[in-house]
Amino acid sequence: MKVLVAVKRVIDYNVKVRVKPDNTGVDLANVKMAMNPFCEIAVEEAVRLKEKGVASEIVVVSIGPKASQEQIRTALALGADRGIHVETDEEVQSLEAAKLLKAVVEKEEPKLVILGKQSIDSDNNQTGQMLAALTGMGQGTFASEVVVEGDKVNVTREIDGGLMTVALNLPAVVTTDLRLNEPRYASLPNIMKAKKKPLDNMSPADLGVDIAPRLSTLKVEAPASRQAGVKVADVAELVDKLKNEAKVI
Amino acid sequence: MSILVIAEHDNSSLKQATLNVVAAAKAIGGDIDVLVAGENCGAVAEAAAKAEGVNKVLVADNAAYGHFLGENLGELVAEVGKGYSHILAAAGTTGKDFMPRVAALLDVAQVSDIMRVESEDTFVRPIYAGNAIATVKSSDSIKVVTVRPTAFDPVAAEGGSASVEQVDVVKDAGLSSFVSEQKAESDRPDLASAGIVISGGRGMQNGDNFKMLEQVADLLGAAVGASRAAVDAGFVPNDMQVGQTGKIVAPQLYVAVGISGAIQHLAGMSDSKVIVAINKDEEAPIFQVADYGLVADLFEAVPQFEEELKKVL
Repeated sequence: MKVLVAVKRVIDYNVKVRVKPDNTGVDLANVKMAMNPFCEIAVEEAVRLKEKGVASEIVVVSIGPKASQEQIRTALALGADRGIHVETDEEVQSLEAAKLLKAVVEKEEPKLVILGKQSIDSDNNQTGQMLAALTGMGQGTFASEVVVEGDKVNVTREIDGGLMTVALNLPAVVTTDLRLNEPRYASLPNIMKAKKKPLDNMSPADLGVDIAPRLSTLKVEAPASRQAGVKVADVAELVDKLKNEAKVI
Repeated sequence: MSILVIAEHDNSSLKQATLNVVAAAKAIGGDIDVLVAGENCGAVAEAAAKAEGVNKVLVADNAAYGHFLGENLGELVAEVGKGYSHILAAAGTTGKDFMPRVAALLDVAQVSDIMRVESEDTFVRPIYAGNAIATVKSSDSIKVVTVRPTAFDPVAAEGGSASVEQVDVVKDAGLSSFVSEQKAESDRPDLASAGIVISGGRGMQNGDNFKMLEQVADLLGAAVGASRAAVDAGFVPNDMQVGQTGKIVAPQLYVAVGISGAIQHLAGMSDSKVIVAINKDEEAPIFQVADYGLVADLFEAVPQFEEELKKVL
């Protein structure tokens, strides 16, 4: 079966985020960018499904500026077979991303679509569910285990206070949580090979989707900063401060 | 304006998060109705009717909603909610699951995880794991919003007297079915909602040493977390990870043991009320955010911490 994986280019998780002085957003100039960590887990899951013989082809799609091709190449180096780049320099919000992915799903007709549960920039946690609703598919969100059996997929989901397993008819959408797997690193030979794998380029207009945003960001501010506190001399003083000064124990 | 709040519950009792969401609805202003969707959830509806500020409780009681499957709830809430100006739910795993489906079915954007209401169409929410705070304005006719419960003081659970009406809308999408549920076995609280969290980092050296933290956690009624470094080193499983790519926590007390304080970790815990850092490296960045820092070898300090706590608790 064919698996479609969506990946997003975001600020690297190890980079300190700085708000622009004019409060219009976050400073991304000359900042290291990378594949969203939850998307890495999505790619890894697809590759494991292929290694198990469940998936026959992995198509990776990314929406974003030209540089998003780096993240598509990374996914190809990890084991995806071909890439689709929906290229735009405009801001694409979750609903519009879901509409673009719906158009790709209609062309590719995958049996399974795997996405990260959220991207670590906008933290919306919406696109997978919206895609599922727009395409009339079931959804296994926040997945910690994915088992394909016949024409169904059983997805174990991380929910508040435990785990819940649902059975979904295929085709279906799965969004990944941290426990699903631990992504591998791409080997150098595979990185070289990935450069030769096919990568299609298209625009939102080619897919017939209007990506005008519905939400406008009025301002972006830095959170209230913390001040360093005091150093305590020993454990006894620490416990005393926690009990009598901070009153938290 | 009219606001529909989707109740969070387990079919037998109303979760407090619902009262926090009603508080967010009050901050928007207008009539507030609460939808209780579940199976044999009459007691929940009665509890919701008593909540302060609720105008009307709508009950959709059907087996299709018994396990809160996102496909079914999405269709129900889109149908019931289309006459409202706002649809609100708690940003827990249930609300995060079905609300984007509601938004997509109504062809509107969703505003996720709001911390503050600026006006009927403008909301404040964290982005970049709380490293930046965005004020966003929605131009859609229906605002679909998930609410961070801890950011709003709950309305009173008692004192209201809303009417209760049955809703005969049965939406079974037929796309998904419930298989099983496994509640967390641990007696310790859930990491994301615990009042006290004690976390270990690479300095713990191995997974066995986390038992030291577990003993302290059990004294304090705390949850145990870990830094990404500790997870990547294989000491503990991924689900214990606190940080930008793990759980975001904001407890009353956060104790960081052997954690240097990488940016990715700080992003997940810097909203904690009181932060304690125990680390032998006095230059560790964790001390820049800690209210109380102890420069010490954790293998001496943690057992002492346990002993001292036993004296005062």
